[in-house]
Amino acid sequence: MFHMLINISAAIIALSILITLYRVITGPSAPDRVVALDMIGINLISLAAVMSLILNTTAFLEVILLLAILAFIGTVGFSKFIEKGVVIERKRD
Amino acid sequence: MRPNDVVVQTATKVLVFIILVFSVFMFFNGHHNPGGGFIGGLMTSSAVVLLMLAFDLDTVKRILPIDYKILIAVGLLIAVLTAVGSFLFGVPFLSHTFGYFTLPILGEVELATALLFDLGVYLVVVAVTLTIIQTIGEDR
Repeated sequence: MFHMLINISAAIIALSILITLYRVITGPSAPDRVVALDMIGINLISLAAVMSLILNTTAFLEVILLLAILAFIGTVGFSKFIEKGVVIERKRD
Repeated sequence: MRPNDVVVQTATKVLVFIILVFSVFMFFNGHHNPGGGFIGGLMTSSAVVLLMLAFDLDTVKRILPIDYKILIAVGLLIAVLTAVGSFLFGVPFLSHTFGYFTLPILGEVELATALLFDLGVYLVVVAVTLTIIQTIGEDR
């Protein structure tokens, strides 16, 4: 029973990643694609958690925190590039 | 018009400490669990990259006045000295050992000489990543 629920939730998360991938491919503008990539990262975090339940191990718990940090830094970098044109400024004002 | 980055700067001031604590945890966790010097060094350099994103390159250079090219040499020197140090005890190159010690606060811990080698890996990974990013950032 529990394994069936976990498998169903993994399938729903995979379907959500596929739907978000449609927005990445046919996003009209660049910010749409950036937000969709951030959402794929969040879905990957929950998929890693579900996979650690399926495989019955705690070895993937660092991966969850790591993906959260990397998705945040990547989104900040992308949005700074869209807004200002440079990712790392040399000197502010 | 001056850009107003107060939200990302305030969030960065909190998040950098969390990422640094996580990187130190990954570094010391690597002997029995997933982690180690490589991923710990990458997380430390990602904290500094987040500082560079929220502030600018000169501010980060002022608050961290480190020449990263010297840090590469220091990391390689630590790794080589750990390897050479096994000659003092009459065992082959790169031999490692471990022992149980009682520290004042932590109690009984297992200390291995592989930690010193991993410290060299950590310093080299941090220094190489930040050298690459600083060199690419200074494009004018």
